[in-house]
Amino acid sequence: MRFVDEFRREADAQKLVRAIERLVTCPWTIMEICGGQTHNLIKFGIDRLLPPSVTLVHGPGCPVCVTPLELIDKAICIAQQPRVIFTSFGDMLRVPGSHSDLLSARAQGADVRMVYSPLDALALAQKYPDREVVFFAVGFETTAPGNAMAVWQARQLGLRNFSILCAHVLVPPAMQAILASSDNRIQAFLAAGHVCTVMGTREYEPIAEQYRIPIVVTGFEPLDLLQGLYMALRALEEGRWGVEIQYSRSVTREGNVAAQRLMHQVFEVCDRQWRGIGLIPASGYCLRSSWAEFDAERRFDLSGVTAQESPICIAGQILQGLKKPPQCPAFATQCTPEHPLGAPMVSSEGACAAYYQYQHT
Amino acid sequence: MELQCPIPISDYPVVTLAHGGGGRLSQMLIERMFIPTFSNAALEVLHDGAILELNGTRLAFSTDSFTVSPLFFPGGDIGSLAVHGTVNDLAMCGARPLALSAGFIVEEGLPMEDLWCIILSMQRAAAKVGVPIVTGDTKVVERGKGDGLFINTTGLGVVLPGVHIAPQRAAPGDVILINGAIAEHGIAVMSRREGLAFETELVSDSAPLVDLVMRVLEVGGDQVHVLRDPTRGGVASALNEIAAKAQVGIRLDEERIPVGDAVRGACEILGLDPLYVANEGKCIAIVAPEVADRVLEAMRVHPQGAQATRIGEVVGEHPGKVFMRSRIGGLRVVDMLSGEQLPRIC
Repeated sequence: MRFVDEFRREADAQKLVRAIERLVTCPWTIMEICGGQTHNLIKFGIDRLLPPSVTLVHGPGCPVCVTPLELIDKAICIAQQPRVIFTSFGDMLRVPGSHSDLLSARAQGADVRMVYSPLDALALAQKYPDREVVFFAVGFETTAPGNAMAVWQARQLGLRNFSILCAHVLVPPAMQAILASSDNRIQAFLAAGHVCTVMGTREYEPIAEQYRIPIVVTGFEPLDLLQGLYMALRALEEGRWGVEIQYSRSVTREGNVAAQRLMHQVFEVCDRQWRGIGLIPASGYCLRSSWAEFDAERRFDLSGVTAQESPICIAGQILQGLKKPPQCPAFATQCTPEHPLGAPMVSSEGACAAYYQYQHT
Repeated sequence: MELQCPIPISDYPVVTLAHGGGGRLSQMLIERMFIPTFSNAALEVLHDGAILELNGTRLAFSTDSFTVSPLFFPGGDIGSLAVHGTVNDLAMCGARPLALSAGFIVEEGLPMEDLWCIILSMQRAAAKVGVPIVTGDTKVVERGKGDGLFINTTGLGVVLPGVHIAPQRAAPGDVILINGAIAEHGIAVMSRREGLAFETELVSDSAPLVDLVMRVLEVGGDQVHVLRDPTRGGVASALNEIAAKAQVGIRLDEERIPVGDAVRGACEILGLDPLYVANEGKCIAIVAPEVADRVLEAMRVHPQGAQATRIGEVVGEHPGKVFMRSRIGGLRVVDMLSGEQLPRIC
């Protein structure tokens, strides 16, 4: 299959592995930002092919994992209200809130539907004018343009029964929070290729300068990941810092300007809670006040919702790269995909689920 | 007053869809509720059907319920699927199907024409395999209490003499074969579901496997140790069940697992792993190494096995676990999923 097979050739992968082995002279710690990258690193066994002196740390780039508990509780509360059709991307459905998850809410009678695009939710709002259709707008900068488009189209269509529960998060503030932490041990980043396809790479330049750190914008296929690692390690070995683009077939410095314009029309930057990490200033999107009519948090009474995290789960340390999943005392014992204590065990992009699925023996 | 046992410990107060997804939660229902409660020797083999002995004849007995939505999908419909599903389960016991029953649970309001099309399709599918539908039942439920139509089929078959198929027979050194490309049924059905529709030329692989299995057994005889049709939960779940039951390890080679381009494309976009997607016309055969080449050849000359290939082997290491060598040479565990796979966000 084109655009897939050529990035999964074993001979080329082995060449890159050899090149990395020749390059590395001392231990280095690199964080891949995106959960999609984490998933493929483990799925293809890339972490096991690297020299032991290279440590990969899995970043907070799993949107399902960092969505705060309170928003999941709010989602469940909205879904349980009469006349509501609650729509969501698939992997959000199983994430545990304080007491339940959206799939269990559905089993108990709530109308929860999985959609693949916010525009499918919009189509449901058109099809059922007497129902309230709510879309769970989760994700990083990658999904923000599509969600902004859904809201924009809802206004064009004059739909009064459509709203979004906005849980958008942004990558650069999370990177800064990790780098500013006194516990930080990250020496280079693989930045998320698809986030940068939308946003471009300009906003990463001051981070690379301030913290003197290499940031390589990397794709998701095995050869992308190996090449991104090679580029990051080469910069580290040569004592360079700055932003480099490995994923050049998709990413430009400017990004997708039309998408950015639409996002800025509909969303504004706000402070946001990250599950397991806490409040990061200016790290999310919410709807601008001129679009408030589409904000599910204003449309529904959610005053009774209070959230309570599991005291055992160390998701915060996992998401900041301070610990690996097997270091959690609950990993694969009290916390499993059937009974997750925290979100990283739920999403296929979550670090704990990736370890459980592909390496747990 | 009747004495009642407390319900077995469960993490869920109510049944969720994941309990029917063919993964770990389905297995928990079976292992914690059904097996210990109905406990008997025939049930505990945990095969696609039970083997019952009657005056020296071994009968295979199997049942399956079909709840597919939409009722008509590319490459088939619930009627033909209900016939193929049960005759295939009998074939996986090494049996030639003798007769089927059909139970219909119809939702009030189902168009009569749809029902008629489905009945005709069942008849055609049964005639093609040469198995009569000999008894049946019909119930109609109120509108909103069923998803159009559910069908249950139960089948009776005669196990071929000298054939002993059971998951426990998988042994180190055995070769794992499959008769063609995987994940076509699940993706074809998903491509037509509300909320997830996408355009693809792909059709379900729904087909009867009786003839193919008879050829495999003619060639391999008692050296054919396990047969399994990887339906719900896909190849990964089927192999995990076999590895656990036989307490052997399984090694797969990703490069050798046949996946069509349309399926791979859809799986890449949706973030699904084809190893966990349902098949309705595929057969995994675990056979002794001495007969592997001949069985493979017999599959390949059969119309349902043109793409048959060897995908892995049974090993003595890591009992109960399935490992796969990835395309780029890394090694990973292929675990059982909790429930159904959910398409991911980005």
